[in-house]
Amino acid sequence: MLILENVGKRVGGEDHLSGVSLSLERGTLNNLLGPTLSGKTSLMRIMAGLDAPTSGRVLIDHRDVTGIGVRDRDVAMVYQQFINYPTLTVYENIASPLRVARLPREEIDRRVREAAELLRLAPMLERTPLHLSGGQQQRCALARALVKQADLVLLDEPLANLDYKLREELRVELPRIFAASGAILVYATTEPEEALLLGGNTATLHEGRITQCGPTLEVYRRPVDLRTARAFSDPPLNSLPVTKRGTGVQAPDGTSVAVGASLAGLPDGAYTLAFRPHLLGLDPSKAGPRVLSAQGRVSVAEITGSESFIHLEVLGQKWVSLTHGVTRAAPGADMTVHVDTDRCFVFDADDQLVVVPDHAEAA
Amino acid sequence: MEKPLNNKAWFLVLPVFVLVAFSALLPLMTVVNYAFQDTFGNNQFFWAGTDWFEKLLHSDRFGEALIRQVLFSGLILAIEVPLGIAVALCMPRKGLWVPVCLVLMALPLLIPWNVVGTIWQIFGRVDIGLLGHVLYSLGIDYNYTQDPLSAWITVVVMDVWHWTSLVALLCYAGLQSIPDAFYQAARIDGASRWSVFRHIQLPKMDRVLLIAVLLRFMDSFMIYTEPFVVTGGGPGNSTTFLSIDLVKLAIGQFDLGPAAAMSLIYFLIILLMSWVFYTVMTKQDEQDQNRKTGGGE
Amino acid sequence: MARIDLVDLAHSYMSNPASRADYALKEMTLSWEDGGAYALLGPSGCGKTTLLNIMSGLLVPSQGRVLFDGRDMTQIITEDRNIAQVFQFPVIYDTMTVRQNLEFPLRNRGVPEAEIKTRVAEIAESLHMTAELDHKARGLTADAKQKISLGRGLVRQDTAAILFDEPLTVIDPHLKWVLRRQLKDLHRRYDFTMVYVTHDQTEALTFADKVVVMYDGEVVQVGTPEELFERPAHTFVGYFIGSPGMNVLPCRVEGSTAHVGGQALDLGRGYAPPAAGAKVELGVRPEFLGLAADGQGCPVTIQAMEDVGRYKIARVTLEGHPMAVVAPESARFDGDRARLSIDPGRINLYVNDHLVEGSL
Repeated sequence: MLILENVGKRVGGEDHLSGVSLSLERGTLNNLLGPTLSGKTSLMRIMAGLDAPTSGRVLIDHRDVTGIGVRDRDVAMVYQQFINYPTLTVYENIASPLRVARLPREEIDRRVREAAELLRLAPMLERTPLHLSGGQQQRCALARALVKQADLVLLDEPLANLDYKLREELRVELPRIFAASGAILVYATTEPEEALLLGGNTATLHEGRITQCGPTLEVYRRPVDLRTARAFSDPPLNSLPVTKRGTGVQAPDGTSVAVGASLAGLPDGAYTLAFRPHLLGLDPSKAGPRVLSAQGRVSVAEITGSESFIHLEVLGQKWVSLTHGVTRAAPGADMTVHVDTDRCFVFDADDQLVVVPDHAEAA
Repeated sequence: MEKPLNNKAWFLVLPVFVLVAFSALLPLMTVVNYAFQDTFGNNQFFWAGTDWFEKLLHSDRFGEALIRQVLFSGLILAIEVPLGIAVALCMPRKGLWVPVCLVLMALPLLIPWNVVGTIWQIFGRVDIGLLGHVLYSLGIDYNYTQDPLSAWITVVVMDVWHWTSLVALLCYAGLQSIPDAFYQAARIDGASRWSVFRHIQLPKMDRVLLIAVLLRFMDSFMIYTEPFVVTGGGPGNSTTFLSIDLVKLAIGQFDLGPAAAMSLIYFLIILLMSWVFYTVMTKQDEQDQNRKTGGGE
Repeated sequence: MARIDLVDLAHSYMSNPASRADYALKEMTLSWEDGGAYALLGPSGCGKTTLLNIMSGLLVPSQGRVLFDGRDMTQIITEDRNIAQVFQFPVIYDTMTVRQNLEFPLRNRGVPEAEIKTRVAEIAESLHMTAELDHKARGLTADAKQKISLGRGLVRQDTAAILFDEPLTVIDPHLKWVLRRQLKDLHRRYDFTMVYVTHDQTEALTFADKVVVMYDGEVVQVGTPEELFERPAHTFVGYFIGSPGMNVLPCRVEGSTAHVGGQALDLGRGYAPPAAGAKVELGVRPEFLGLAADGQGCPVTIQAMEDVGRYKIARVTLEGHPMAVVAPESARFDGDRARLSIDPGRINLYVNDHLVEGSL
């Protein structure tokens, strides 16, 4: 088990990380989700022992390893860049951590071939990385991390430099490949969709702080605050500041709508309604007593064939609507959009989550 | 970046400390010792205070040597830096000729300093040297043993021949780090050759250029062997630079006190210049750090 | 602005290409209409960058011609093509301010001062960068730098086309949405011919009116996002577009019925019998499949359910063939047995990887 206690990292008067507490179990996959510069890499470097934290402690299996360097820890790391030994064959690349550990030759051979099989590198074991495609190079780096059978495997946006389709395939394979190893797997990503596809647990990072940590779907469905909800939405989250009075809420332009019991039960005041783009409907049949309907002006329509993203200006906000199939909308056109307030997250004036919609029922 | 603490590390650098103490600190202390005292041998010392420094700073001999030195370094920088950049720009970016060019460029750097001096001493001789003889046959009044201007030209050209490669190689490394996309973008933007140099190549070379200038300044400011071998500081004192003067003072005249004082001043000048360069360089680093705000990823 | 025609174009990096395999770009004829938004979509190594370099003039093709508004530009150098390009990694002039960056292409062409001023002001306005005009370009974030690179293309009024080479690679996901939206806006406003090269289907499909899908040096389909999604002309297009990609199952066809193992599926259309020995497959998108606990449909075995929040992906096997099914957020199954329903109108038939048309 890896435990971080109140870990902070200050570099040149600037906090790269502050108050990070995490507890990661063996055999789990943990996503670190956050935009560039949110502190994912800094955190991983501390986990690996490449850097020491300026405050707090790092414990592995209840042993304090805060000041212990990477060489004395059992860690494997894979980076965004494909890092292999350019002059060694794929076989030797994968075998390198085992050679360092002075394992018997038969054991090395067995493990290398096993890993190569798992990562579909068996036909190119005798080639050098220069003769491999990007995807194969990264698979080689992953295989090297895998054979090491380290306690802690850190993957820092390993798929970011790969083709979209390859990424899609490896996302499905990675959890399967590493699940068997029993290691603590940490996976940094900027993409919400990637975290969802990988599953496991997710910790969301924002400006060097963990905003929430828990099972991935739990974080997705119950983001504790607005920042986390925003970080975990792709396409971006739609939000609307409202004033709540009695059993209704009022949008900035005066549009009012009745709300459900859970929101009605809260004290009157300012709140933020937030919902993901697939909940912003364009179908008039979706109108109802607790459905907020508003006029929007289309700014751009993006059609992928399977889905359509309509970007709109609604009630002074920039919203996106995601619908299945093809929905055409001319830029500048007016459209009525609908959102069921029962399905919205509600955040209070401090951006903390106060009402969670029941997703399972609502589909 | 802070690294995890490891006390073993201090133990491992101890030998270096000891070595530096013996090779640098002790001699330096000896020099300081001499600089403030007077001695007539027999290990008898008399306190001289700042006498040597005052005398030295007021002496014409030191002043002239310093001017010659500054002039020499200035000339070297003014010639070698632009020339080095020009050579680097002319080198091929990729292909078979790259290693050939690199080896050719590295050749002068591999020759020992006194050999360089000897080569040019012979090369420039009017009676048997190729250069000297050709110039003489062409009717050009060239003789480095008698004419101060000829001596200066010889010494400067020799240094340019010896060290321009270093500047060129450093600049070449800087140029190689520019991605092709930058050149393509410039072509698309219709940039002239000069614009490409001014707005793409030069900004990407500024770091290595600073290092090149620093190295060339320090080296040329301390130059001794090559001009000593070629001209011995002459004709007259025309090519007597600080280090040559220093050696004359210390070894030739055994004026250990003034020589020590001169060494210290010499040392301080170089230290000051290095510090200036260092500040300029780190300031730029800081800017770069700020640019990647956060710097954590 | 210009119409661009690529006529009988092919390219090989070898000096004496002997076989078809030696060509990085196999013979093709393509047209980019004036003012159109196009995407070149394909995996790495499919030849899309080669094609881009031929258009921008960095590469002279081994054969064929490049026409701008009918004028042969094949041998014309980049500088004289009036092409603008946005690269994968932001290319900006570090030492200049944002304003100087935008002015640069105009100054190089000797445009009068007054015109430079109005043009730069206008472009900065549409890029939403007016406030940053006098900032040093080096201190900006990656997305701002990419906007400047684009701006340098937009300021010129003679730009024939703007080429994009995976321009959003270094941009964070939430900013990609913002930039894509701005890019579409700009395209509408300035009406330049734009060609966008990428391996990312979302970027290609959302940006372009027409997408050119490339595979192994060949153009396998040119179509609107809708056509590519609903009627992939090649199994590769089916696989490459959509996530998860199209399910492709080997089958046997008799008239309007396909046999997958012991299961008979209605194809909705009648097909002529394929040639003997041909590879016959049916393709159907995971989005057009329905999964129910019981009732009508083919029996399938559920291998795994992936919950991605907004929907679920069911990995099932039909007669031993793996398939993906997109199921709603609320889908729940007890046990691993389920029934798969397929909308006959949504099944495409492929013979030797190419789409064949049936008749109703």
